[in-house]
Amino acid sequence: MKNQNRQRREPLTDTQLLMTITICIFLAMYILAMLLLKGGFLHVQQLFDLLNDNASLIIVSCGLTIVMIGGGIDISVGAVTSLVVMSCVLFLNRGGNLFLSVLLALGIGLAFGLVHGFLVSYLEIQPFIVTLAGMFFARGMTTILSIDPQKATHEGFKKLQEAKIEIPWLGYVAKNGNLIPARMEIGVVVALLCVIGVFILLKYVSLGRGFYAMGGNQTSSLMLGINVKKTRFLSYLLSGLLSGISGFVFLMHTGAGNATNAAAMEMDAIASSIIGGTLLTGGVGNVVGTFFGTLTLTTIKKIVVSSGLNDPWWQKITTGGMLCFFILLQSVVLRQREKRKKSN
Amino acid sequence: MEENCLLELRGIDKMFPGVMALNNVDFTLRKGEIHALMGENGAGKSTLIKILTGVYSMDAGTILVEGKNVHIGSPQDAQNNGISTVYQETTLCPNLTVAENMFIGREKSLLVKQKAYEKRAEEILESLQIPARARQQLGNCSLAVQQMVAIARAVDMQCKVLILDEPTSSLDDKEVNMLFKLMRDLKSRGVGIIFVTHFLEQVYEVSDRITVLRNGELVGEFLTEELPQVQLVAKMIGKELDELNNLSDTEERSAASGEVFYQAEGLSSSETLPFDFSIRKGEVNGFTGLLGSGRSESVRAIFGADKVGGGTVKIKGKNVKITKPVDAMKHGIGYLAEDRKRDGIIADLSVRENIIIAMQVMNGFFKPISRSESEAFADEYIKALNIKTASRETPVGALSGGNQQKVILARWLLTHPDYLILDEPTRGIDVGTKLEIQKLVLKLAEEDVSVTFISSEIEEMLRTCSRLIVMRDRHIVGELKGSDLNQAQVMKTIAGGES
Amino acid sequence: MKERIKKVFKSSLGQLAIPLIAIALLIIFNLIRDPGFFVIGLTQNNDGNLVLQGNLISIINGASELAVLAMGMTLVTAACGGQDISVGAAAAIAGSVLVKVLKSGSGITGGRVLAAFLMACLVAMIFGSFNGTLVAIFKIQPMIATLILYTCGRSIAYWINGGATPTVSSPVITAIGSFIPGIPVPTPVLIVIAMTILFKLLFRFTSLELFTQSVGINGSAARLNGINTTFIKLLSFIILGVCVAVAGSIGVSRLGLINHETLLLDIEMDAILAVAIGGNSLGGGRFKLSGSIIGAYVIQMLTITLYAMKVSSTDVKAYKAIVIVILVVIGSPVFKEKFGKTVNRIRNNRNGLMEKGAEKA
Repeated sequence: MKNQNRQRREPLTDTQLLMTITICIFLAMYILAMLLLKGGFLHVQQLFDLLNDNASLIIVSCGLTIVMIGGGIDISVGAVTSLVVMSCVLFLNRGGNLFLSVLLALGIGLAFGLVHGFLVSYLEIQPFIVTLAGMFFARGMTTILSIDPQKATHEGFKKLQEAKIEIPWLGYVAKNGNLIPARMEIGVVVALLCVIGVFILLKYVSLGRGFYAMGGNQTSSLMLGINVKKTRFLSYLLSGLLSGISGFVFLMHTGAGNATNAAAMEMDAIASSIIGGTLLTGGVGNVVGTFFGTLTLTTIKKIVVSSGLNDPWWQKITTGGMLCFFILLQSVVLRQREKRKKSN
Repeated sequence: MEENCLLELRGIDKMFPGVMALNNVDFTLRKGEIHALMGENGAGKSTLIKILTGVYSMDAGTILVEGKNVHIGSPQDAQNNGISTVYQETTLCPNLTVAENMFIGREKSLLVKQKAYEKRAEEILESLQIPARARQQLGNCSLAVQQMVAIARAVDMQCKVLILDEPTSSLDDKEVNMLFKLMRDLKSRGVGIIFVTHFLEQVYEVSDRITVLRNGELVGEFLTEELPQVQLVAKMIGKELDELNNLSDTEERSAASGEVFYQAEGLSSSETLPFDFSIRKGEVNGFTGLLGSGRSESVRAIFGADKVGGGTVKIKGKNVKITKPVDAMKHGIGYLAEDRKRDGIIADLSVRENIIIAMQVMNGFFKPISRSESEAFADEYIKALNIKTASRETPVGALSGGNQQKVILARWLLTHPDYLILDEPTRGIDVGTKLEIQKLVLKLAEEDVSVTFISSEIEEMLRTCSRLIVMRDRHIVGELKGSDLNQAQVMKTIAGGES
Repeated sequence: MKERIKKVFKSSLGQLAIPLIAIALLIIFNLIRDPGFFVIGLTQNNDGNLVLQGNLISIINGASELAVLAMGMTLVTAACGGQDISVGAAAAIAGSVLVKVLKSGSGITGGRVLAAFLMACLVAMIFGSFNGTLVAIFKIQPMIATLILYTCGRSIAYWINGGATPTVSSPVITAIGSFIPGIPVPTPVLIVIAMTILFKLLFRFTSLELFTQSVGINGSAARLNGINTTFIKLLSFIILGVCVAVAGSIGVSRLGLINHETLLLDIEMDAILAVAIGGNSLGGGRFKLSGSIIGAYVIQMLTITLYAMKVSSTDVKAYKAIVIVILVVIGSPVFKEKFGKTVNRIRNNRNGLMEKGAEKA
């Protein structure tokens, strides 16, 4: 009896179900792109490029997923990323130490998370308004620091920026016969570490399970002995910290600070989380889903370009359409589930 | 005191503004017994439980756990003293797994020992024979199983006293039996269980002792086997049986003989079984039965408040379709909902706006009642029903319960309904207002309005209704009129005939 | 009678206290900084019209689009307990439709402008009902539902324009965007006044206000009183659609061109902010339209004040954020409670001291 129970496969939880849908759709999309569009999609480098370009988006999406699982929202993540980029560039260009600049990035992120967390959980102000103010503040501070684009000139940083991980056996042979290895930036490694870290946090650390409990039912989690205020505070703090990391990764990718950096990244991050199966109502979501959500979001843009829809508006219109598809799909799937449960 | 006393409450007092919710109440729970706590609405059961679980603090009295005086100031204190509670609506997180729900908030270490928890959960579930699996998402379990998981959590926390607050109200028979099996199992392990329910049969099936409260006072503690069901009802409602028998020859009310206004055959909704019902013009009828017997659900079905299942409805002999409240309103039906806060008042709106809203809906979206007209209506009804409010622009949420109820009554009277359904219009309001409402009902009947009146207080219904439909466990079990309309007969029918 | 007036005044003032105090502080601050800040002059503009000019006029004029959007946003917030973040993008679409129709024939007549505006309204209402359907029927949270249009709206506008940023020049459009010859008040201000009157009429001649509040406060009770909650929610989004079309048309007329990327950029955030500063709960329920309108002017006055202090337009956001945080912190229930307690304690202490003093004496 006991053994039977063990071996029996459990029906998927809501989180797993939504994540599975996303991963399947992503794979189907990518494989179709490989078959129909050929072009770059056959090379591993295409996938690596996706990651290289979107490492920082992946990182902020992780933070946002944490906040959304806890039933909140943080729309400041893109602006904080941008502020971190600009601050670090200026710090480095004025002869700052590389190590200290990393600390600066983390510090700025943490400071934003700290203030957001305090205002949302201890003063009980609506998270949308709090993080909107945070977003305004970060965007404004960025332009106050410098309205002009700033290129990083720091020697040590340049070395770090140019360092790439080369994987020859995933590369391809170019027309002239040279082997071009697949290249991956350091930022991608950081992003993957963040995904793994957040995954472990959400799954194996009691704080992470607290986020789920809080998002699932706030009153219940209070009754079950969870310190809801502290848990919520920490969710914003983590999101802030990840925005800080994202800022530095962004800088490693672009090598320059610009006031329009990471524009509308918060909405891309929210979209990634939603596509990945995180519900804004809280309690459901997974960072692996978010990772694939980001990939889905960015792949569709590449596909649009490769398939010859060259007009600049198609990218976003397709993105919007896909978002609509995912939102409706989730709504229908969860409602169907609810119905089935009732009739059981 | 007795050797195996687990929990003793002595002389508990609790005051709420204007109400003595508990007055010198004693309660004793012994090891390994299932103790039913009974009483109608407002008897003080839930207050007593909230004091035990640390949600409220008591004004006077002592709590002894295993003979030791304890202070319970928070839910955490209660748990530390071995008192666990499982509420009607489970207080678990539906998005987590069964195992997580059993252990969350209790971990001492930073890391979640998922495997260990799952193993332990599996063991407990098996030992209590709960049909759930550790890794299942809780939201996918039936409500009964969710409740059992909550119990399993309590058991694993080494609780000595387990309070079950209305655990069976949303369960079907099979699930109730599963729950009872679990309760008996716990009982044999020496856990003391306080069982709060409205279902009499369940009390007799599972409990050893019964404590009855009424109006915040202790009526008495009885051994279940020594207390016949009809006696229990009498004690809960507040009349001794002998007294009831003497009262049996109350004045006979002539049944209304007007034409049938509303007639339903096989009417059902998502919350009810199919039933037949009809009412004549100028008739006052009542649905009676204990809470949870299906009386409110039946009238909700008449008004179209829940999803309608099937059946035919005739109004004044013509077939009509009522699928949502506005249909019923258009046919002259008004409905005062049982839960005033949730379904009645719109708290932030003013008294005036609350009074005119139903009439406004009837008038239609494009014919708003003018400000001066609405003020005149509000003033008229504030005066007619003697509503005590600072002004007609006061938010209705700031009024006392009785006055809120009058505002809702005014709302429906303003629509001049042909048929008014009043579900517990007198609950939680003062005696004076209760009498006013009863008089109003009789006056309406004289004006040829049909009224359905529901109340937990049987005297009220006897005073106003000419016909009583008795429900038990979601079935209509009798219809009383004429000389049968007396307390003894009503109680016998509610309790199930045998006395 | 006097008592009653006082009471009504007091209750409505309670909600408007924070935006009114904010305006008062801004006025005082500006007067101290520059006594001539609020001077209004009558000057001749390029077209030879006598027009009003001055900081105050540019504040009131500049807030027009925001005020119009804030009105619609208030309704959506009240009914659905959530906000529409796609208004800026939708306004870009409406503006593009407007320009498309204007340019579809030769010569821009008053009739064509009207037709173009009606077309813009229709399109905005269609997009509004798309959002509304997701919210009211599919029960998706407003912010998520409107994220779709937020993401792709400006690209749809780009598409309508065929990848260009077309300009329109016509005296009619100039008149809408700046001044009607002979009238010294900027036309957008007149439009705001017209919209306010329109809303007042809507509240006067329909039960919209009462029904919207009922749905927002207690949906279950509203349903049991026969209100069609789905319809009310949908309707609020459609009305917001009209506001979007009006705001978009003002924006296009001001510049005489449609730029899908910059037209009313980030205005959704300001519109939500205006609703919150106006003392309306973002969780829905009871609302005051006047609060949101005042909120819009607070935001604009703050912006213009900062401009006057030589803060660049891109840096303004940082200072704005600080003011927002101060306003919401003061308005938060927790702060009020704690602050109230402290005040009480001080008062009690003082009373206690006084009593002690009296005893000694």
